[in-house]
Amino acid sequence: MTEIRISGFGGQGVIRMGYIIGKAASIYDNKFATLTQSFGPEARGSSCSAQVVVSEDQVLYPYITIPNILVAMSQEGYSRFESNLSEDGMLLIDEDLVKPNPPRGRIKIYSIPSARISEELGNKIIANIVMFGFFTVITGLITEEAARKAVANSVPQRLMDLNLKAFERGYKYGKEFLAKQEKSVNV
Amino acid sequence: MKANPKNVLTGAHYLDGDHACSEGALAAGCNFVAGYPITPSTEVVERMTERFPTIGGIFIQMEDELASMAAVVGAAWSGAKAMTVTSGPGFSLMMENIGLAAMMEAPCVIINVQRGGPSTGLPTLPGQADMMQVRWGSHGDYEIIALSPNSPQECFEFTIKAFNLSEKYRVPTFVMSDECVGHMTEKVIIPPADQIELEPRRYTTLSPAEYLPFKPEKDLVPQIIKAGDGYKIHITGLTHDEKGYPVMNWQTQEKLVRRLVDKIRLNQDKIVEFEEENTGDAEVILLSYGISSRVAIPAIQKARKEGIKVGVLRLIVVWPFPEKRIYQLAKKIKAFVVPEMNYGQIVLEVERSAKGQAEVYLVPHGGGWVHDPEDIYKAIKEAVR
Repeated sequence: MTEIRISGFGGQGVIRMGYIIGKAASIYDNKFATLTQSFGPEARGSSCSAQVVVSEDQVLYPYITIPNILVAMSQEGYSRFESNLSEDGMLLIDEDLVKPNPPRGRIKIYSIPSARISEELGNKIIANIVMFGFFTVITGLITEEAARKAVANSVPQRLMDLNLKAFERGYKYGKEFLAKQEKSVNV
Repeated sequence: MKANPKNVLTGAHYLDGDHACSEGALAAGCNFVAGYPITPSTEVVERMTERFPTIGGIFIQMEDELASMAAVVGAAWSGAKAMTVTSGPGFSLMMENIGLAAMMEAPCVIINVQRGGPSTGLPTLPGQADMMQVRWGSHGDYEIIALSPNSPQECFEFTIKAFNLSEKYRVPTFVMSDECVGHMTEKVIIPPADQIELEPRRYTTLSPAEYLPFKPEKDLVPQIIKAGDGYKIHITGLTHDEKGYPVMNWQTQEKLVRRLVDKIRLNQDKIVEFEEENTGDAEVILLSYGISSRVAIPAIQKARKEGIKVGVLRLIVVWPFPEKRIYQLAKKIKAFVVPEMNYGQIVLEVERSAKGQAEVYLVPHGGGWVHDPEDIYKAIKEAVR
């Protein structure tokens, strides 16, 4: 069972990213995935978060307890939720928007300029999809095929190409990130 | 009768519980919704308003919940498959006209996505504290049917069941969801339309000259007509005879209200539905419903690993209550453990049904979050000590 939290500002597509992760895992990878989200005044403009539990078996307790993966797309999202991340968890951040402290325990940090890449592609609303491409590679939680299908079937038709491009950029960045890491380990 | 393929979104979807209720309603042929949207039930009507224009159906945003429920009763009597959706204070405001629906025997569905109360309480967080209100909330004697889902898949399925039961018994039927289930997104499999069985409306075969709107059939449920078909009828919230005319005496009251109660009580074996697991040799039975029945499973698994014989009785239909089965089981076990997100509602019914034959332990939770499975586990341990 893997518990994931995605945090950021309302409007960054935080909930949508949680939805796409859950859809990829449950509909296209045939696992079980339960998405919950924070509702209330904190979801408007300021920080918001989505929680996904992905499992081989039916998810019984619907909420996350100690997440294994934290995706932080804002500084506030990072500072609010970092302390709850598992000591051997993965922290995925937008490197331009989040300045993390030195990692706690065996936490590994994976960073990507997702907002900057989305701006290069001409639309910053797809930063979440860039991050999702990166997430797919880094976590290995969902298959590439399921991830692509979930993106294609979760965005409006007219924005599909743009979103798939965003996914590719994030995915490629993730591959390069891992290759670089491996290289540094080998040296 | 099978569902109409144009209404059914066959396939695998990633849906939240509220949207799954909408799809269940549409699959069941719902074509009228009146409501006053309120958190956490708003998504149900949002989806209906998106889907109705493409398949046909009317949504009216009413001035309040009193009017919403009244419109549903009117729509049902004009031939619509009608529904309303609410939560928290909205449910309280519907009470008077829920009684009207019961008295007029209007087939209709009410979805209550329960939130923490009382009053405005916790608009964005779950509760299960309307379980007695749904049974007893309107004045006077009547019976209703209520179901309680614990996943988006069940939101879809139970909404269809609710429509079918409301048609069969001509009674307001409730889907008692909660914020956790309503706002939880999971895979929902919607079957092909020809695999969805629908209960047809009990339209009369009699001519206008012979028809009496409140003359019951053998199962105590009368046949219905729809306004505009040439039947001159009178329906009222006042105590009425088989013609539907007000008659103010105890004999008419006895005949009518006893039938309203008995049409559910005497048919309860056909209506009651629950899941039972490992009750054969159980020493303790975990009895629950809705989301609490789901978060209890890790606790049950943990207790079983320690060798405690835990059975499960999960209510699908909460009202009418499966009192006979509970009494049978009570004679064989040590205790029932009843987790629910309130300070003791359905547990009272369990105590009543057990008639002192087994201990009954409540695991209360005030709402705002679901139970910690650990608390349920501790109660199971306590119950077998």
